[in-house]
Amino acid sequence: MEFERPDFSLAAAEIFVAVMTLVVMVAGTFLRRISRELGYALAQLTVIGAAFITVFSVDDPTVRYTFGTMYVSDWLGQVLKLFIYLSVFASLLYGRLYLIERRLEKAEYYVLMLLSMLGAMILVSANNLLVLYLGLEMMTLALYALVAFDRDNGLRSEAAIKYFVLGAISSGLLLYGMSMIYGATGSLDLGVVGQAVSLGAGDELVFKFGLAFLVAGIAFKFGVVPFHMWVADVYHGAPTPVTLLISSAPKLAAFALALRLLVGGFFGLAETWQPMLMLLAVASIVLGNLAAIAQSNIKRMLAYSGISHMGFVLLGLLAGVTDGGHQQVFNAYSSALFYAVSYALMSLASFGMVLLLARTGFEAEHIDDFKGLNRRSPWFAAMMMLVMFSMAGIPFFLGFFAKFAVLEAVVSAGHTWLAVLAVIMSVIGAYYYLRVVKVMYFDEPTDRTALIASSETRVLLSANALTLAVAGLMPQGLMAVCGYAILTSF
Amino acid sequence: MAGIPLLSLAIWIPILGGLLVLAVGGNDRNVPLARVTSLFAAALGFAVTLPLWFQFDAGTSALQFVEIRDWIPRYSVRYHLGVDGISMPFVLLNSFVTLIVVIAGWQVIRERVAQYMAAFLIMSGIINGIFSAMDAVLFYVFFEASLIPLYLIIGIWGGPNRVYAAIKFFLYTLAGSLLMLVALLYLFYASNGSFEILDWHRLPLDLRTQQLLFLAFLVAFAVKVPMWPVHTWLPDAHVEAPTGGSVVLAAIALKLGAYGFLRFSLPIAPDASMSFQWLMVTLSLIAVVYIGFVALVQEDMKKLVAYSSIAHMGFVTLGFFLFNRLGVEGAIVQMISHGFVSGAMFLCIGVLYDRMHSRRIADYGGVVNVMPKFAAFFLLFAMANSGLPATSGFVGEFMVALAAVKTNFWIGFVAATTLILGAAYSLWMYKRVVFGPVANEHVAALEDIGAREFWMLAVLAFFVLLLGVYPAPLLDVMHASVDELLRHVAAGKLH
Repeated sequence: MEFERPDFSLAAAEIFVAVMTLVVMVAGTFLRRISRELGYALAQLTVIGAAFITVFSVDDPTVRYTFGTMYVSDWLGQVLKLFIYLSVFASLLYGRLYLIERRLEKAEYYVLMLLSMLGAMILVSANNLLVLYLGLEMMTLALYALVAFDRDNGLRSEAAIKYFVLGAISSGLLLYGMSMIYGATGSLDLGVVGQAVSLGAGDELVFKFGLAFLVAGIAFKFGVVPFHMWVADVYHGAPTPVTLLISSAPKLAAFALALRLLVGGFFGLAETWQPMLMLLAVASIVLGNLAAIAQSNIKRMLAYSGISHMGFVLLGLLAGVTDGGHQQVFNAYSSALFYAVSYALMSLASFGMVLLLARTGFEAEHIDDFKGLNRRSPWFAAMMMLVMFSMAGIPFFLGFFAKFAVLEAVVSAGHTWLAVLAVIMSVIGAYYYLRVVKVMYFDEPTDRTALIASSETRVLLSANALTLAVAGLMPQGLMAVCGYAILTSF
Repeated sequence: MAGIPLLSLAIWIPILGGLLVLAVGGNDRNVPLARVTSLFAAALGFAVTLPLWFQFDAGTSALQFVEIRDWIPRYSVRYHLGVDGISMPFVLLNSFVTLIVVIAGWQVIRERVAQYMAAFLIMSGIINGIFSAMDAVLFYVFFEASLIPLYLIIGIWGGPNRVYAAIKFFLYTLAGSLLMLVALLYLFYASNGSFEILDWHRLPLDLRTQQLLFLAFLVAFAVKVPMWPVHTWLPDAHVEAPTGGSVVLAAIALKLGAYGFLRFSLPIAPDASMSFQWLMVTLSLIAVVYIGFVALVQEDMKKLVAYSSIAHMGFVTLGFFLFNRLGVEGAIVQMISHGFVSGAMFLCIGVLYDRMHSRRIADYGGVVNVMPKFAAFFLLFAMANSGLPATSGFVGEFMVALAAVKTNFWIGFVAATTLILGAAYSLWMYKRVVFGPVANEHVAALEDIGAREFWMLAVLAFFVLLLGVYPAPLLDVMHASVDELLRHVAAGKLH
């Protein structure tokens, strides 16, 4: 058998990150004294470097494969990767002070961060069931360790165990589904699987059975109802910078997983997975919004709100299955991508605010900790208000256009009742976001300490929140990028 | 002045002015400068709307001062502004009321002045946007965004129960408008990808679709008007809001729902509007009569005026759904008039509240003895509120009542009871507050209005009387647009 040298340049970003991760690990072991500052600097450099590599390698719009056909380089992957870098970057920056104050800043932390980013990168570019699984496990294993990073804290350890056990089960489900697909088609390659499914070459029952397991695995990673049990506890239990990461990067990766598996591999059985997603989406939107009302802990509230947002992403995905034209399919997937990306931006800013208010010995986890923020810092109160209104889907903010795009796709696909249900639940959802605005603006502060934050954090957090407003006034740019990514990748 | 984007200026000057005020006076520094900046921004915002009136061509029903730019080409959403004879007066009214509100809050608001002024300025720009947007998404975006400043105004500067009132206000109106969003998306889909409101006017739709759309729009606009039985947020919001908030709420925000009927419900679903006439007329009459009685028994002055607003707005929706020129034009005049009168009523109550910190009617009595100038103004506005001839309140109510009698005598008869009920609750309240002997030492210690308050009320009184004796210019502006609308509704879409 002749060995064909793969085109490494297409995976340059992954290779770079892998090398840098090892460098951070070695540096952390041998340069103990300066390891923390060095670790932080190197990690950020890695993220920025990877972003450069990704940006400069995407000028070619065609889809290219390498390592045989195991690995794909396309716009979808690049766009998602860029937002994954952004989440890791923000998590490192917003969370730095938090980690230092709690003596958690160790070189290993940065190694794990980079590893989970690497896993996410591999996941979004995978074109093979095994590579997909590899990326997924790499990402989640690093995240389990990150959740447990504050090992003496019971809450953190409990969350980590919960995350690990449920995550392992979901990986098992996914793997089981994949094994069935492999059994039916004899291939792990998504292209081959896709062809076999659409031609009906193979036992349809096995396909459907395998598909059900795949959907369950995907739903676990998205954290949608009824596979949501871990979400609130993990968000609550994890150190806040890790929560911030979990709420953004893995969701984007899960989106890639869903799109590559369901649309890339199983479009032939779309009629089968569409009702499954519908069930998951409706249950998530209803339960996520209702449960969020009852929360007094803001991390838990954001966890449940995240569940309902993921329900909206699924709405966008399932709206792609229509008897309508190509344009509608395209609209639906790009609206789902747009929603996922917008959610990641909003989620970063919201957890960034939670981190901003935290300080030594104080977590700012309760909604009441935001009381009277308008008195303490009108600027950041305004920023948080902006994020909350954006999440509630009130215009002129990005969140509105994300909802708008998804609802448009849903109505075009002929599921008007789904859109009506979604907007009714949005009104209920608006209540808990309004409550945060209420405590910030209408209540008197119980705590008048000045906010402590580095100037980089202040600038980036403000920029992050203002992006929601600017992109809300001019949503075309981001929409076009998402649309182009979908158009060129499928 | 052709080529100057007047409508864009009317929208963005107040919004940018509001942001400037925040930049100047955030954190409660430079309070005097913040006040002056906001006055300047409000005055400039009003000034740019004046040419809309003077350069308006009343001979056509076409849109004027049109601006079109691409906004979100992906969904063919355009930044399309324009006004016709129906919407133009509201842009002026809104900018004018904003100016009054800034002056009214001049000394009274002492805490977070910059934020207060900025909220009103930003809201003014957003509301101008609602009245001039001709693209459905643009309209919706402004429509929803207007909730944010009002929510903050009620919640931060309101009375003791303000949090409840603010959240109730927000959720009620949001619940209504989100269903409208689905209707808009459906129309986008049905019209093969257009968000132009005018395209939708021409879009053929079968009766069942029209009826569903009509109901979706009805929920949104009925909450905003508000119509019975979804009116319960309004008294709460009014009572808890600061004076300026009440003024904007009554004078402008209530008109948004009514305007929506004219812009969306009637022209997009004309046949459904006809088929639901019974429903709309019944709801309107309930608002006029039942809410009139409710107003009669209120012990809180603000609540009384709030209920009277609902009754007056019932007259407006009644006028729309009579489908004749007299009724629709009377309703629009009533909207403008109500803007001045209810705004003035809330300002008068604000004048008393600033001095006594009470809105209870029972706490007052004999105010005329200590505040004669104020009592004169208050009397004029109370009379206008009850629809006395020669005040603006009379013109609209008379036109609508006349149109109602033409349609059906009994509808006209029931509607006309408002003239009795209106007089009863307005004048009885006036009597208890103003006349009689001085009730207690707090009233005895009251000071009459100063120059700022005097001129504020005098300008409003001028407009109330002007509109009462000479409404013709206002009617001339709207004839062409109203005729075109009624022709369109009468033609229907079912052939």
